[in-house]
Amino acid sequence: MAKSLGDVIIDIEKCKGCELCIDSCPQETLALAPRINQKGYHYAVKVQDNCTGCLNCALVCPEAIISVYRKIVK
Amino acid sequence: MSTIPNFIEIPVNPEIAQKEFEVYSKPSTLTDKPFHYCPGCGHSTVHKLLMEVVEEMGIQGDIVGVAPVGCSVFAYDYLDIDMQQAAHGRALAVATGIRRMLPDKLVFTYQGDGDLAAIGTAETLHAANRGENILTIFINNAVYGMTSGQMAPTTLEKMVTTTSPFGRDVSTQGYPLKISELLAMLPGVTYVTRQSVHTTANVRKTKKALRKAIELQQEGKGFCLVEVVSNCPSNWKMTPLQSQQFIQEKMIPFYPLGDIKTPEGK
Repeated sequence: MAKSLGDVIIDIEKCKGCELCIDSCPQETLALAPRINQKGYHYAVKVQDNCTGCLNCALVCPEAIISVYRKIVK
Repeated sequence: MSTIPNFIEIPVNPEIAQKEFEVYSKPSTLTDKPFHYCPGCGHSTVHKLLMEVVEEMGIQGDIVGVAPVGCSVFAYDYLDIDMQQAAHGRALAVATGIRRMLPDKLVFTYQGDGDLAAIGTAETLHAANRGENILTIFINNAVYGMTSGQMAPTTLEKMVTTTSPFGRDVSTQGYPLKISELLAMLPGVTYVTRQSVHTTANVRKTKKALRKAIELQQEGKGFCLVEVVSNCPSNWKMTPLQSQQFIQEKMIPFYPLGDIKTPEGK
């Protein structure tokens, strides 16, 4: 069965910590970091290695800072 | 806040994060400037969707936008296309002028509810009644966002705002205005739809609606209105997640989503 391996790159300096991506992720891959960025916001990061590249986080992200990659392994 | 104590950040996997596997990234038609909107604001999502559609259709040089007065007044800083800024509520009057002088360009206005439904009602109704070939993107978040959350014509019944501290009383302040249903009655209007951007599924639907509206503009079919039910976490005094729940529970029952008028006839 083909398996979908995904990855996300988040531009943390532009993240405003609205948590919409975290809420939309079906895999609970993302979480809010305890650290803050230059603007003073907690930013979203990947905390589990189970991303499938489903695009949900990138679609709801208001700042358009999430790039999604998807590799299909057969 | 959902921070976890034993926090381990997973680094990017270089085998997957390669250009050939990229399925989504920021559209090139958006500038690099970070949005000034509050965290979780629907304005930025709609900017992003509109620019994705412009990029996919390859019409960056053929589309002219008119920015309103309101939170989205600086839309021209983020959208990498030709833009004009209009006086409060007069975006459709300016857009009519642009459309008539440059008939081969696509023209859209991007307006909030304070701009389109309050001070600009006359311009909106008459531009729609003339059947101008203009796409209007109407962001309905039920308050005046930029001026800190006063009551707008679209504010829901019993909704608390800074100028209705006991909730909107319909006996003295009137009923919420459903602009989309109002405009759908006019013969010059081709396509009226109401969407939202509070869930992934709705984001996809909004993008489809924007694409359909721009395609109708290319065919010169007349006035199109895409209303987007949006949130205003700062002025609703909520977190972004609570504001999305408010949209689902309170806004959508009053402003039902879906196509209100389509050229195919519905």
